[in-house]
Amino acid sequence: MGGKVTSLLLAGVGGQGILLASDIICKVMMEKGLDVKKSEVHGMAQRGGCVTSHVRYGQKVYSPLARKGDVDMIVSFEKLEALRYLDYLKKGGMILVNDEEIYPPSVNLGEADYPKDIYENLRSQFGKDSVKVIPGPNLASLAGNRRAVNTVMLGAISRFTPGLVREDWKKVLTEVLPGKILEANIKAFDLGREA
Amino acid sequence: MQEIMSGNEAIARGAWECGATFGAGYPGTPSTEILETFAQYKGVYAEWSPNEKVGLEVAIGAAFAGARSMAVMKHVGVNVAADPLFTVSYTGTNGALVIITADDPSLHSSQNEQDNRNYAKFAKIPMLEPADSQEAKDFIKLAFELSEKFDTPVFLRTTTRVSHSKSVVRIEEPVKAADRTEIRHLPLKYVMVPMNARARRVEVEKRTQAIREWAETFEGNRMEMGSPEVGIITAGMPYNYAKDSFPEYSYLKLGLVHPLPEKMIRDFASKVKKLFVVEELDPFIEEQVKAMGIEVTGKAVFPYTNEFDPGVVEKAITGKSSAPAVTLQTIPPRPPNLCPGCPHRGLFYALNKTKAFVSGDIGCYTLSYMKPLSGMDSCICMGASIGIAHGMSKALGPKGKGKVVGVIGDSTFIHSGITTLLNTAYNRSDAVFIIADNRTTAMTGMQEHPATGFTLQGEKTKDLDFAALGKVLGIDSVEVIDPLNFKDTTRVLKQELQKEGPSLIISRAPCVLLMSKKAVQAKQFFTDPDKCIGCKVCLSCGCPAISWRDFEKTGMPARPDRKKQKGIAVIDATLCTGCTLCAQLCRQEAIMREGE
Repeated sequence: MGGKVTSLLLAGVGGQGILLASDIICKVMMEKGLDVKKSEVHGMAQRGGCVTSHVRYGQKVYSPLARKGDVDMIVSFEKLEALRYLDYLKKGGMILVNDEEIYPPSVNLGEADYPKDIYENLRSQFGKDSVKVIPGPNLASLAGNRRAVNTVMLGAISRFTPGLVREDWKKVLTEVLPGKILEANIKAFDLGREA
Repeated sequence: MQEIMSGNEAIARGAWECGATFGAGYPGTPSTEILETFAQYKGVYAEWSPNEKVGLEVAIGAAFAGARSMAVMKHVGVNVAADPLFTVSYTGTNGALVIITADDPSLHSSQNEQDNRNYAKFAKIPMLEPADSQEAKDFIKLAFELSEKFDTPVFLRTTTRVSHSKSVVRIEEPVKAADRTEIRHLPLKYVMVPMNARARRVEVEKRTQAIREWAETFEGNRMEMGSPEVGIITAGMPYNYAKDSFPEYSYLKLGLVHPLPEKMIRDFASKVKKLFVVEELDPFIEEQVKAMGIEVTGKAVFPYTNEFDPGVVEKAITGKSSAPAVTLQTIPPRPPNLCPGCPHRGLFYALNKTKAFVSGDIGCYTLSYMKPLSGMDSCICMGASIGIAHGMSKALGPKGKGKVVGVIGDSTFIHSGITTLLNTAYNRSDAVFIIADNRTTAMTGMQEHPATGFTLQGEKTKDLDFAALGKVLGIDSVEVIDPLNFKDTTRVLKQELQKEGPSLIISRAPCVLLMSKKAVQAKQFFTDPDKCIGCKVCLSCGCPAISWRDFEKTGMPARPDRKKQKGIAVIDATLCTGCTLCAQLCRQEAIMREGE
């Protein structure tokens, strides 16, 4: 496939800061001298619906969209959303899940049930070492900013990006995030990285 | 220097770098960020026009004056702008005119999936199509040069995946372009009466022929020779999908999709054993290649509908997919929804209760057609709500009295609702028309419009008074309501539906996203579990902040005094904006604020 390209699929719900997180990943990769592309959809799809962002990096990247069965890591910012795109995961790929439930409308209305045993199912299907659950809301609160769940998840992702050190990420976070929330976000990043 | 940019940001940057000074258009996904970004550069003029037709006409004026000018719109916007489009092709441009059309394969945020490459051929206007952000920046520059070189408007076509993908772009400094604007009187060229237009018509054909020849040596049309077994002709984003799947094959990558370089295509076809065209939507290139008498495979194996990805291309060409089979569990869908606190919720909740046919329009409020609001019955295009309601009401006659409503957003009304509202006054409609006025163009991300009091570049300006306009157009009855006041909204709807002649209701409350976080979070509601009887009335307004907690499923203790009660409603304090709608609907007074 023309040199190895790494593909990440970030998934979740509008408002969780997924697009900012994928922007940060792209910047980190670019500053490491890699080619990087990402893709997401704006507009109507964002009004409370699912949000996905494909991020792909390597020596040369053509497609900003990953194909099914070719994603190295699914990063789900919401528990249920981890199940929606499993057909994108590569054999032996990783799944990172933020431990947070956001009910879709049919569950809110009592017409459908929020799936139970999501983690158990994922582990039995993909192997227990391939599924990592991150207590995002807890860690973000611990870092002093409940909204920093996306930075917690970046920290968790950073564990699986060989060739990059904490400073590579910290540098970009410092460039991108406003000063007054930076400290809490760096802490959130570190907590996610250690989780 | 390198930067990561979306295709839209790169187009804006490229336009500015090459000395474009003028941009006009109307917001529309996936095109919106082009003008928003361009407007922020120094030394440019950019405006939101009321609609794409006006935007194109404004851009034509700037090009006639000698500027490098662009008109920016989504694919369906070109339909609105089609009238000036087809004739500016005849007049040519003096300065430079680029029309940007952002198409939306897969209808991520659109009402149809039209392939605007057809407009290029139809209107005889050359069209460039970039494949990523770097090309988007390079091609917008080429588009301006091409426009000046051949005295023609030029299309730049993107798709959602080009506009909204981000990739690495080399940033350059803007050129210092001399001001070339001046008044030139060229009536034979610009006054398109039949005798002049006939002469220009001939020029258009000569020009197309000249561009066709130029296309043979245009560096944006390039062959990348690999294995001679398979050759792929492609353009735009599908090039990337194909290269991702089959880096070893030979490619003819077209930067100019109209007109096509026939010699180059014949040459390429002769060098490969099996030829494919990889293109999303219509067989635009394929049909032309076939008309050259060249054997080629396209839509016989590729889908007509939806955008591609590398997997689609792989499957079409090889007949099989390399993806491992994974059975996906059926899980609850997560469709987009009106935001918590959205004022449209109150309006459409009340409209549903009237049982009227609600002819809707394009905007966030179109989402109200979904359950549980079920507040809309049709949506065709920008501005159609009013005409459709008028036509229905006329066709139904007395049967339709009090049963037909047209609803249109504020920005959409300005876009193409004014003439059609005038028609209802002129031709005496009995329907009720509602402007859902949330003080912004919400769906595309809060753009200003002629009733917000500000321009795209942040200048304070006039703000249109909808009520006064309704009166001037000849609407008999004009009312203003707060859609989050349920009782009042219901009363006014009932009252206006009974009246003879057209009525206009302005349903006015700002988009919740315009309100400050502090204002929103100061007044959240909660449900009192002792008072909630589990009737689900509050759930029927479809607010994402309210959810149902089933006693049995959650293990919550059931109510010993109310045996039939199955659960209670709860409000998520992090989502509630204090709009009060659910509290107004609750007959048990079980929804209240802290301290009430």
